[in-house]
Amino acid sequence: MATTERFRRLRRRGEGDAWHAVQLARHQDRPYTLDYLARMCDDFLELHGDRAEGDDPAVVAGIGSFRGQTVAFVGHQKGRDLKQRTHRNFGMPSPEGYRKAMRVFAIAARLGFPVVTLIDTPGAAPGVGAEERGQSGAIARSQLTLMGLRVPVVACVIGEGSSGGALAFGVADRVLMQQNAIYTVISPEGCAAILWKDAGEAKRAAAALRPTAEACLALGVVDAIVPEPSGGAHRDHAKAAELLGDAIQVELDVLASIPPQQRRAARRAKFRDMGAYVE
Amino acid sequence: MAERISVDISRSDGAGAAPEPAPRTRNTCPVCNSHYREDEMVANLRVCTNCGHHFPVTARERIVQLADEGSFTEVARGLHSDDPLEFVDSKAYPDRLRAAERSTGLRDAAIAGSCSIGGTSTAIVVLDFSFLGGSMGSVVGEKFARAGDLAIEMRLPLVSVAASGGARMQEGVLALMQMAKTVALVDELRESGRPYVSVLVHPTTGGVAASFAALGDIIIAEPGALLSFSGPRVVKQTTREDLPDDFGLAESNYRHGHVDLIVPRPELRDAVARSLALLTGGQPYRPSVLVGDLDPVGALGRAVSGMRRRISDMNPFRNGDDGDD
Repeated sequence: MATTERFRRLRRRGEGDAWHAVQLARHQDRPYTLDYLARMCDDFLELHGDRAEGDDPAVVAGIGSFRGQTVAFVGHQKGRDLKQRTHRNFGMPSPEGYRKAMRVFAIAARLGFPVVTLIDTPGAAPGVGAEERGQSGAIARSQLTLMGLRVPVVACVIGEGSSGGALAFGVADRVLMQQNAIYTVISPEGCAAILWKDAGEAKRAAAALRPTAEACLALGVVDAIVPEPSGGAHRDHAKAAELLGDAIQVELDVLASIPPQQRRAARRAKFRDMGAYVE
Repeated sequence: MAERISVDISRSDGAGAAPEPAPRTRNTCPVCNSHYREDEMVANLRVCTNCGHHFPVTARERIVQLADEGSFTEVARGLHSDDPLEFVDSKAYPDRLRAAERSTGLRDAAIAGSCSIGGTSTAIVVLDFSFLGGSMGSVVGEKFARAGDLAIEMRLPLVSVAASGGARMQEGVLALMQMAKTVALVDELRESGRPYVSVLVHPTTGGVAASFAALGDIIIAEPGALLSFSGPRVVKQTTREDLPDDFGLAESNYRHGHVDLIVPRPELRDAVARSLALLTGGQPYRPSVLVGDLDPVGALGRAVSGMRRRISDMNPFRNGDDGDD
């Protein structure tokens, strides 16, 4: 069979695995930030607005009660049906979303709450308005704000972690990644369009980009992989939330014992050490 | 509004370009078709003396333009990229690197070191768009970090000149992490009280626009430079919006409050020198040669004063000047 032969060929090059992960990470029944918060928090108060321009529905930010302590949560939010997807702009944040997040980071720092971010975006919103309102600067400052926080920060990639739009929430003391999530510099389609001049080559691009949790762990980009229920997080939201909550709690417990200044220095050093070069 | 000066990156490699009159070299102005000899180009800082178009400048030439003569010392010169992903598209990544090394004489898309600018010592890192589109991979990230280290250790300010299409896809998620790496250095610079001047030239987009380049205490842009997170083509394709004529340009960024100054290249050295002198609390910088005299091939001064007229209403830098106009 031609199809079987093609699948084998893909598999050999690792394309099967990478593409499978891309599809699971984008699965429409996969739990999103609000699905997790509803299950992980005893109370969650969502906050709205960046106090300057507006409120971005592609970003959820607020304060929650997580296993006995107050935690500031920030995450990308996708929608499940067409109406919700459009409302959430497919999880692509505008500058207001990043500024709302920074507002909540600042509250956490001032009041001494740890910060947990959940990453799930195809990238920051492209658009005339987003550029005019300072998309680049918002992404840069969100990273800088997280880098300088004196409270513990844990990030977890829970779906698609694509480009600077994802990394804006990805600066943390500990970076986790769910088993079937992807983390990548550019979407496979975007990469294919640029390097192969054909968005249809997305599968090959996915294999080349190596966006899987396993690859990211091997590259030192993430610290640990969070297991998912068998078949993927979309099969059992409650179980997925329990596993994610457990992983976050382990990290928060460890980080709580480190003095703030030391934690910040270690956070900087962690990102400082990333890269592959020869002297 | 601002004049749109050849900002379409695709145009330079011919893809999708409108039919052009035949003989064009890299020294032919894409706006007004004026042609220059190479020595003229160097003398006029690669600015078209007829229309003011800013041609691309390599990292080495940029350092020559900015640094006081003989003051530059390079660091981390030997750094070169590994191939962590064993990335292959139509070409293997190591082959792409070798080709870029051969055509540019560089080992990667950045040069880092220290120099003085208008008498103020500074750490400096300059990106080179001609090396794989100035894309930021591990080496560019590390060179920015080394320049940052230098600033912190020697108690110097930092100057960066960005010219980059964004993160280097061939290094995958590690390239993405270089954004955070440069941000870590900016955090450290700020904690150490070191000033940072970020110069943005055409084009500065994607992962570079959204990391260190956006975080200068002072951000200076060259006129007509495309400075955006998403490029015009991507925005058009994904949103089907009509783009304003000055979409993403330095002038638009200035109007919306994202850059401090727009400075034509012949005045850039003075602008950086002045900023450094003020930020480091030194003696105010006084240019030894007034810009009007900086007129190596006759017409450059005219081109610049024309540009200055166009941006004078938006450039506060001119106001407190010595009235050399």
